[in-house]
Amino acid sequence: MKKTDFDIEGMETAWCPGCGDHAILSALKASLDNLGLTPGKLVMVSGIGQAAKIPQYFNTNYFNGLHGRALPAAVAIKASNPELTVVAESGDGDMYGEGGNHFIHTIRRNPDITNIVHNNMVYGLTKGQASPTSRRGFVTPVQVSGVMSEPFNPLAVAISLDVSFVARAFIGDQQRTSEIIEAAIKHRGYALVDIFQPCPSFNKQNTYKWFRENTYYLEDSFDSSERLAALGKAFQTDRLPLGIFYRNEKPTFTDNLRIKTPGYRKIVDFKRLNGLISSLAS
Amino acid sequence: MTFSLPKKGPDISIVICGEAGQGIQTLESLLTRTAKLSGYHVFSTKEYMSRVRGGSNSTSIRISPERVYAAVDRIDLLIPLTAASAERIKDRITADTLIIGERKFVSEALSRSSGEFIDIPFTETAKKLGRSIYSNQVVLGLVASLLALDINILKAKLRAEFEDKGSEIVDINIKAAHAGYSLYEGLIKDDKVISEIKKAGEATGDVPEEVKGEIVISGAEAVGLGAIAGGCDFIAAYPMSPSTGVLTFLAKHAEEFGIVAEQCEDEIAGINMAIGAWYAGGRALASTSGGGFALMEEGVSLAAMIESPVVVHIAQRPGPATGLPTRTEQGDLELALYSGHGEFPRIILAPGSAAEAFYLTQKAFNLADRYQCPVFILTDQYLMDTVTNTTPFDTGGLEVERHIVKTEEGYKRYALTDSGLSPRGIPGNGRGLVMVDSDEHDEDGRITEDLSVRTTMVDKRLRRLTLIKEDIVEPTLIGDKDAKTVLVGWGSTLGVVREALTSINSEDILFVHIAQPYPLHQKVLELVEGAGRFLVIEGNATGQLARLIKLETGREADGKILKYNGLQFTVEEVEERIGEVL
Repeated sequence: MKKTDFDIEGMETAWCPGCGDHAILSALKASLDNLGLTPGKLVMVSGIGQAAKIPQYFNTNYFNGLHGRALPAAVAIKASNPELTVVAESGDGDMYGEGGNHFIHTIRRNPDITNIVHNNMVYGLTKGQASPTSRRGFVTPVQVSGVMSEPFNPLAVAISLDVSFVARAFIGDQQRTSEIIEAAIKHRGYALVDIFQPCPSFNKQNTYKWFRENTYYLEDSFDSSERLAALGKAFQTDRLPLGIFYRNEKPTFTDNLRIKTPGYRKIVDFKRLNGLISSLAS
Repeated sequence: MTFSLPKKGPDISIVICGEAGQGIQTLESLLTRTAKLSGYHVFSTKEYMSRVRGGSNSTSIRISPERVYAAVDRIDLLIPLTAASAERIKDRITADTLIIGERKFVSEALSRSSGEFIDIPFTETAKKLGRSIYSNQVVLGLVASLLALDINILKAKLRAEFEDKGSEIVDINIKAAHAGYSLYEGLIKDDKVISEIKKAGEATGDVPEEVKGEIVISGAEAVGLGAIAGGCDFIAAYPMSPSTGVLTFLAKHAEEFGIVAEQCEDEIAGINMAIGAWYAGGRALASTSGGGFALMEEGVSLAAMIESPVVVHIAQRPGPATGLPTRTEQGDLELALYSGHGEFPRIILAPGSAAEAFYLTQKAFNLADRYQCPVFILTDQYLMDTVTNTTPFDTGGLEVERHIVKTEEGYKRYALTDSGLSPRGIPGNGRGLVMVDSDEHDEDGRITEDLSVRTTMVDKRLRRLTLIKEDIVEPTLIGDKDAKTVLVGWGSTLGVVREALTSINSEDILFVHIAQPYPLHQKVLELVEGAGRFLVIEGNATGQLARLIKLETGREADGKILKYNGLQFTVEEVEERIGEVL
């Protein structure tokens, strides 16, 4: 693996051997490096869980906040300093479960941030319960008769909200995953990358082999500007498509608010404020 | 018989009641501003139901040649716009009350309990001019005449209010006001009413110029202006009564002052956005009421752990749960005091007036930045919705004190220091990296389970309280410093106690008003410890401030004046209840 500025010498992770998180870490670093980004201008924002530990293994700025709450913090970080590149990253439980409401409304706001979700269809850090994306019938110590709820479909939800960019990757293919992440970071606007990531400790069902057999890449001819076609692909759950589903560049949160100056360089216009105060005398 | 108005001067207390959607708020705004520009002091409070149309709402407006600070029970002039709303406030109607209005809104019983009822066909008068919706302007004209307000000022206000609806609408509104003016002149001619306040004004002939230059402002606007003066560049809020006024005020002025005004999906997003903004160098405000704040608590704890500044405005209303959404209470002091899991320092401010709301909100941003901790501003519905005149806020000595350092290579966000304060860097400003973690962390900000680091970091975070305690807002003292009885209050009770004490005129009582309930100023503790009798006044059921003072001094309050029915204290009520405990 090529060395990058984001590496930490002699770093050890808290991830299990064989976990997809290791390869996601490498793929992300490679993408950032390819894009010529530097640690000083990047902020990694995460919530809680095994995936959310990823900033710990990065040489960069980070905001490791609360479970499910990475997105609101990420939106505000980008708005307070549009010069920063912001990547919000956590697992499926964090982003789609605890943070489900923020997921919906962040897509609507369209901040220029990248949202990477490690989707292993199971809870890791709490040891093996169902996640919002667990497939029906998946047996766990809590879902003892198997999962009965419909799995959350993040791509379909995102496309229905006219997301600016949405893709799915499988970390069994690190090269393609890195390329997809790169496209997402380069994209101006909110970009979701849902990454299939096997959990060898708690999900014996959705393994590397299973993902390989049940996924395929969208054809080269697939037109990612077609929203309905993208939605159709997102609805496919027998064989799961990979690649960039949909792209729709549109004004971002900061474009709409016309924010250019980072907050810390703003100067309060006391003259204007005095005017506003005295206007209340009339 | 001629009814002289008011019976007990020098101010006149006017109540206009009706249902939601009748335009009472516009009426109030036009009346208070016209009165102020004519040289009167004004004080107006609202009581309204949690609905968009219908129900019973009332606005109590005091107009006075002398400064007024609080709400009164007394009604000198009642103008009912519906029958139900008049019935709802019947307990406040006495022989000193004059009711002017339409017969259909005034029951026999109501009319009997009042001093006088004069039947005036507001709606008919308005209908003659075009439509009954102009009746509010007829009312306005009548009251303006009664107070000898300058008709030209009223006309200008009406023009400004309605000009975007076209000149025809402006003209009818002005005609309606004129009609109201004439109606009142008719009453005087018929010897039905004598306006003492008008006579007093005419007799002295001098209009206090300094009042004309004062601003007319609500508590919500004062918090909003204070936030702007404090360098606030981000407000994250979910609409919730009675805090919404702050959000709408800042949203209205967002573009001109470079503020991001974001309506969040929920309060959890609100506080996490606010903390994210501070992390990246912004100065954010989260604003809500008790229920929304309950949702923010985990975020408060996050701010504490990552030593992030954050300012949270809590406009209190009665709880638990949804409670009385549009009424007032001081029930959330302990909620703020103990909010968030874990142990950490915090600061709680509680302004007592519009002016304090402005200056303390401004200060809140500097305090948060300096001490890197959550700062709460506790207001309530009464303070939010009260409109009063006050000296224009002086921004001369105000500064946006930013405590952000440019980072160097190897920067440690949580570098250990004697004071416990670590220089705060932000990402993208300097050569260092800024790493913050909600997990326990080391000096770099990286996650740790080293238990000795844990102890060191807890001590470091708590150490800042020593610094915070050196920088506490002084209490306001009203009365004789050597008085045997010390009455302590906080937040919005400032005005009502001030005014009540004027009429009690006792030398034996000192009022100590606390604008910073936490940490408490040493002076407060000393005054309580040295008091012959120690009393508290609070708008809650259990005496939360009394409990906090007991915790600090060991001293139990000798008496508590409490109220928790959803309404604010009134001057008469405080007079009476202080009298009872004295």
